[in-house]
Amino acid sequence: MSNRIVVPFGPQHPVLPEPIHLDLVLEDERVVEAIPTIGYIHRGLEKLVEKRDFKDYVLIAERICGICSFTHSVTYCNAIEQIMGIEVPPRAQFIRTIWMEYSRMHSHLLWLGLTADAMGFENLFMNAWRLREEILDDMEATTGGRVIQGSSKVGGIRLDIPDEKLGEMVDHLKAIRPRLEESNRIFTHDQTVRHRMRGLGVLTKEEAWDLGAVGPVARGSGCDMDVRSSGYSAYGELGFKPITLPHGDCLDRCLVRSQEVLAAVDLVERAVAKMPDGPIEEKVKGNPDGECFAFTEQPRGECMHYVKANGTKNLVRHRVRTPTLTNIPPLVKMLAGIELADVPVVVLTIDPCIGCAER
Amino acid sequence: MSYITKSPWVIHYDGSSCNGCDIEVLACLTPLYDLERFGIVNTGNPKHADVFLITGGINEQSRAVVKNTYDQMPDPKVVVAVGICAATGGVFRECYNIMGGVNEVIPVDVYVPGCAARPESIIDGVVRALGILEEKRAKMAENGGDKK
Repeated sequence: MSNRIVVPFGPQHPVLPEPIHLDLVLEDERVVEAIPTIGYIHRGLEKLVEKRDFKDYVLIAERICGICSFTHSVTYCNAIEQIMGIEVPPRAQFIRTIWMEYSRMHSHLLWLGLTADAMGFENLFMNAWRLREEILDDMEATTGGRVIQGSSKVGGIRLDIPDEKLGEMVDHLKAIRPRLEESNRIFTHDQTVRHRMRGLGVLTKEEAWDLGAVGPVARGSGCDMDVRSSGYSAYGELGFKPITLPHGDCLDRCLVRSQEVLAAVDLVERAVAKMPDGPIEEKVKGNPDGECFAFTEQPRGECMHYVKANGTKNLVRHRVRTPTLTNIPPLVKMLAGIELADVPVVVLTIDPCIGCAER
Repeated sequence: MSYITKSPWVIHYDGSSCNGCDIEVLACLTPLYDLERFGIVNTGNPKHADVFLITGGINEQSRAVVKNTYDQMPDPKVVVAVGICAATGGVFRECYNIMGGVNEVIPVDVYVPGCAARPESIIDGVVRALGILEEKRAKMAENGGDKK
């Protein structure tokens, strides 16, 4: 029986841009237990609903996280719209869907790059981020913001995308599609990538289900769980199908994301082809009264916003459950039994977004 | 740019930001913006770093980490507060767990505006910080390597 040592990992460390602390209990090189400590970026923004108008709060809901920003604002708007019984015009729903898929593409490309970096594959990191910049160019051209867009509002969207710009966006996506496929091919076929990730940090389908995994973590373990199947915004009209892979290891979680980038390109193309005409917002009158749970599929998994209102302009309660928090128990399971050198790769495969998780 | 005689290394820490500025800091290091053309390298070790890029406001739990990281950096050193949250707390300044901007804990040399700060402004901020770093280095040399 060898001695146990505890290696602190974080909060300031070179792998993740965000602070999380893990106490890794090691026996020689092998991790036997991982104890997470969170709270380094807790701001307490849920309580701000008591001070801000519920319409202005959309901008704060968007700043829960700078990567899934647009999805957060849409989820919050969905909750308010359901309470107030607002029918969002179809064009607004379609444009929201396009922007949500753009956030998914940029988030997944960002993640693929960071994972490559964690493996020491610098070239692939740079390549993924170069592709991401092209996605952000269209995002910036249509919303005005690169990572924080501020273009969703209660009742619709702030800005319309002109039809000729929609055409240009599709042409641009067609042009970068071969490069996305080439980058995906590296993740699927490259010997180094397979060697680092195949069979590592395995989470079986049963474990994923029992521990409450969501998003690509659950789909990489073969669970068919994707909130987009429920058809919120315009997903119901776009023939959405979730991507699942069976192995539950790091490579499958990675491939789910790389395939979802291409699936997002398809969804945007279909949304542009079916784009309805009409207004982009519905006038909002009065204040909300009631409560609602709204669910969306963020790049990282299922995200829930709970809103409770009492008929005044300030809400009573806003509660958010984000995919990262839900994916921490599966992460602790994946870490047990792996070698210390693999910890950064395994931590990254849940795509931790601490900004979301701690708010 | 003639004052860049050495390759300054950068360390990045997320005080309590929403991630927006963090990924823009990372975007600065990637091919489109490419901070490395100025010889700037991102390091994870405070003892190797000259420039401290910090994003987000300060909360109770991150205060000690920010102070500790700053104290471990060798002199001369500069601090760049990236984004409006790092300057004042931004949209979160009324949150119960936000103490305010980075200057509540450590002295700041350059403030980069924006929510989220754009990569162009971050690069501009870092390049300005390098001028300040050079001034500090010259001052230290005058005093025989002593900070004061």
